[in-house]
Amino acid sequence: MSAAHAFLQRFGERADDEPTWVAARRQAGAARFEALGFPTKRDEAWKYTDVRRIAEGEFTLADNAELDEARFAALGMPLDAHRLVFVDGVFSAALSDLDGLPEGVSIEPLTTAMRTNHEAIGGAIGRLAGVDFSPFTALNVALSEEGAVVRIGQGVVVDKPIYVVFASRANESARMSHPRVLVMAGARSQSTVVEHYAGEAGAANFTNVVSEVMLERGAIVDHYKLQEGSSEDLHVASIHVEQGRDSRFTSFNLNLGGALVRTDLVTDLNAQGAETNYNGLFFVQGRQHVDNHTLVNHNAPNTFSNENYKGILNDRARGVFNGKVVVKRDSQQIEAYQNNANLLLSDRAEIDTKPELEIYADDVKCSHGATTGQLDEEAVFALRTRGIDEQMARGLLTLAFAGEVMEQVRLPVIAERVERAVAGKLPERFNLADLVEVSDALEEA
Amino acid sequence: MLEVKDLHVTVEGSEILKGLNLTVNPGEVHALMGPNGAGKSTLSAVIAGKDGYEVTSGEVLFEGKNLLEMEIEERALAGILLGFQYPVEIPGVKNIYLLKAALNAQRVARGEEEIPAPEFMKLVREQLSFMKMDGSFLQRAVNEGFSGGEKKRNEILQMLVLQPKLAMLDEIDSGLDIDAMKVVAEGINSLRNADRAILMVTHYQRLLEHIVPDRVHVLVDGRIVKSGDKNLAHELEARGYEWVLEESAA
Repeated sequence: MSAAHAFLQRFGERADDEPTWVAARRQAGAARFEALGFPTKRDEAWKYTDVRRIAEGEFTLADNAELDEARFAALGMPLDAHRLVFVDGVFSAALSDLDGLPEGVSIEPLTTAMRTNHEAIGGAIGRLAGVDFSPFTALNVALSEEGAVVRIGQGVVVDKPIYVVFASRANESARMSHPRVLVMAGARSQSTVVEHYAGEAGAANFTNVVSEVMLERGAIVDHYKLQEGSSEDLHVASIHVEQGRDSRFTSFNLNLGGALVRTDLVTDLNAQGAETNYNGLFFVQGRQHVDNHTLVNHNAPNTFSNENYKGILNDRARGVFNGKVVVKRDSQQIEAYQNNANLLLSDRAEIDTKPELEIYADDVKCSHGATTGQLDEEAVFALRTRGIDEQMARGLLTLAFAGEVMEQVRLPVIAERVERAVAGKLPERFNLADLVEVSDALEEA
Repeated sequence: MLEVKDLHVTVEGSEILKGLNLTVNPGEVHALMGPNGAGKSTLSAVIAGKDGYEVTSGEVLFEGKNLLEMEIEERALAGILLGFQYPVEIPGVKNIYLLKAALNAQRVARGEEEIPAPEFMKLVREQLSFMKMDGSFLQRAVNEGFSGGEKKRNEILQMLVLQPKLAMLDEIDSGLDIDAMKVVAEGINSLRNADRAILMVTHYQRLLEHIVPDRVHVLVDGRIVKSGDKNLAHELEARGYEWVLEESAA
């Protein structure tokens, strides 16, 4: 009996009340997952990431979303937003806030969307991320129950960010969840979607999420994935993006927590004028492991991609970056830029980085680069000679390294939260807000 | 204020300072001159606390306290500031952040409140215009892409904001044209007062036309072999170092 079969067997039979087509999807996912099995280090895409902790884990599905306000407040961000909350994968109406949605915007839990609008949703979900992408997407299809469905009508500019929280509780035994996120951005609409994965201290759950973002002509979507799992949380995610003509997608993939984190980000630029921007930042310590695999498919001429990923690794943490750009035949006049820079704060931290370009057209502008280094000790010394203590000097320089990515972040609440985490060793008296205030005063003067 | 007693310093196994003695009192400006490789920059590096310099014997006291036992930042907080010969570029850290963090570190160490933002901006703007520096300097990363002259001005700007008790200037005149030299010299001269000491390391007498020292020392092969007033600098300019060497060997 394979590990994959055994993994599925533990969950037994599904409830009988599921619609036939849902059951059929599940069976297809399960069959595919069993056929593929858990990836091993022999699979090129998983060469540096060992998933045995997941394969051998004893997880159950949560049956409630109990989380009181105080515990939730400790996890969530004070973001003025339309909010949808899931607790260990289960929808929490109590913690969600969907009042005052603008006309033309629909934000629903997947189960509701399936019931009320199953034709549209059923046809869209899984279109970009089916069972074949990876064993984990197949597993997601086999076991998924809940998720977030966001639909934005033509020309609608959404007034506030759409904030989807996936809270991971410190449970008595480990839970797992296989959520879906579906974002359908209508032509010329503008929106910001935040996926926030937050774990309580002591949580040791497995999240296996699949997100699909579809941008119609001229749509603009800012997509944030902020991952702050506990030091025991296991997290596998894949984000699949499809872009129509003149659309613009900007991704922020920000990883701060988790024991084992794998994110795949795939964008298909399917029509002229489509632009995608990948911004990535991870900060890992202890024995954390973060693996980012990104892919941009330039399927049409006159498309643009820009990628900047930065990693900061301390202690015995391990990072993986694999960034691939594929320019299809006849996709002329495209531009694709990619950069990956890593900062090792410890001798025992490790990063494996691999940029890949596959170009089948001749009129293209492409560049890629990868660097890995340590903090500049001369700069640490120079700061200390000004009376700035060593921890603070190192914190400032680490923050400076992340700055290039953080400057792109357009939600101040997220920027400050990530900066604080990255500069975690700065003393409290080093007040970031205060510095911002000085900068503002300067600009006004 | 600063007492260096029989200081021996080894760098990568070879002895650079071989029994250096120097006393600097409040209110005084000292110039340390000497040929290349004499150990001039080694002295300022040791006082600032740079890694890689092993003190094998002797001591350095600052206001009676053993400086060599203090951390780098403690020395700065005690009132010693080093102006670098080659100021390092620090991408991503804005000048304004550095100045504010450094000033507040001093104030907190003295048990004072952090400086309010408006007061800080007023102070910085005054010093900035004194150094004939544009306001945009503050938003730029520390020394990143600065010309040689801009970097040196920036060192002096930091001194003006931080107001050290002992300002050490390592070859502050190198790479400066005449106009920049004047601005830098004016900055340094404005620091002169009865409570503050300045120690300048320099190759050339040129700087000393703008900043007239009280004492001039000639450092040769790890030791101060001759000390005098400002006239010694003129004599060195006219005659070179050979005669000092001969005199000290005799």
